[in-house]
Amino acid sequence: MTPERVDTAIHSVNSGLVSSSHVLLGLLAVGAMHGYDLKRAYDNRLPQAKPLGYGQVYATLGRLSRDGLVTPAGQDRDAGPDRTSYAITPAGRAALDEWLAAVEPPAPHVASTLLNKVMVALLVADVDRARRYLTAQRRAHTDRLRELTALKIAPGARLDDVIAADYAIAHLDADLRWLQTTLDRVADWHREVRA
Amino acid sequence: MTEPPAQLQARGVVRSYGATPALRGVTLDVAEGEIVAVTGPSGCGKSTLLHCLAGILRPDAGEIGYRGQRIDTWSEAARSRLRRTEFGVLFQFGQLVAELTAAENVALPLLLAGTGRRAARTAALSWLDRLGVADLADTRPGEMSGGQQQRCATARALVTEPRVLFADEPTGALDTLTGEQVLGHLVRVAREQRTTVVLVTHDARVAGYADREIAMRDGTVDHSGLGLVGGPR
Repeated sequence: MTPERVDTAIHSVNSGLVSSSHVLLGLLAVGAMHGYDLKRAYDNRLPQAKPLGYGQVYATLGRLSRDGLVTPAGQDRDAGPDRTSYAITPAGRAALDEWLAAVEPPAPHVASTLLNKVMVALLVADVDRARRYLTAQRRAHTDRLRELTALKIAPGARLDDVIAADYAIAHLDADLRWLQTTLDRVADWHREVRA
Repeated sequence: MTEPPAQLQARGVVRSYGATPALRGVTLDVAEGEIVAVTGPSGCGKSTLLHCLAGILRPDAGEIGYRGQRIDTWSEAARSRLRRTEFGVLFQFGQLVAELTAAENVALPLLLAGTGRRAARTAALSWLDRLGVADLADTRPGEMSGGQQQRCATARALVTEPRVLFADEPTGALDTLTGEQVLGHLVRVAREQRTTVVLVTHDARVAGYADREIAMRDGTVDHSGLGLVGGPR
């Protein structure tokens, strides 16, 4: 394959991969692993992430292998059936490098269940019901923020946990500020309508 | 489960600055050892509430109670004595005496309370160590970063081992990471000492360090449920 074709192939592979695939690829860049250890390493590194099922790990390894980004690197016979170890290939490293270098578009489309629900609540529910929903949501966010803060300041917290908690806290904080602004806007709007 | 008895109480507290009302009837309880965050937008009265609870300001109406005693009727001298012996106060900045070293600043409340010079210095050094700034003992505030100054100020607020620490936006002037380190030390030490903390903040991330949040709005505690009032941990 020419270098240009490799680049194109990597780009096309990258655009088809979800970010959990890249995390698995990154973990394999540290050393060859079989699916079971890979799933454990993923959970260990990203404890706050949506958990990855074993089936998902094996299916991803299958896709990465098909695309030439990982390659089987031996069998671990002592550890039971289907213990094929996988190693990252040069194409896999290139795909990983490209993904790491690509800047993520800063929120190109505003879409979240939270926003959708607030929009629909304001559309179909009365103001009091919308406020009750916003209030309950705010409470849930605050409780979660407090839990994450406790996790972060617990003695012996690992850097991985602290960084993941920081990320979640920053997003919860942004949501909380937006929820408060929305509550204020709804209150203002209600006052104006009643005036 | 029975509720723990309140250590601090406010009952219908009203306070104005001239014709401008700051508190319009605040009622709340804080239990011993609890860390509460008083939150709300600027101008909602949260700092005025802290000053009233700490006996710095006297309410125009209503009552402030501490360990079952009504303290708002006490003389200025009696309230000042209470602040020196039972309370610690921490503000956003500008608290350390520029001419004194960190150890001298931290020892100051003990010296004012009559502790001997040597014992005061030993205690000051121990508190600077607990706040992770023992190496700054002989440094003056002007040579310290904002975070280091605030850790020294925290040590000074805690050196008398107060039962209650009042902190008004204690990390408001610090960057996120430094503020977090100061708060982390403060909360850890407060829990070890079972010190009650009343923490005034407008920042939900700072409030996340507290056991409970008291949301204020327009001079009252927001009981409508719109605020962020959580349960004790």
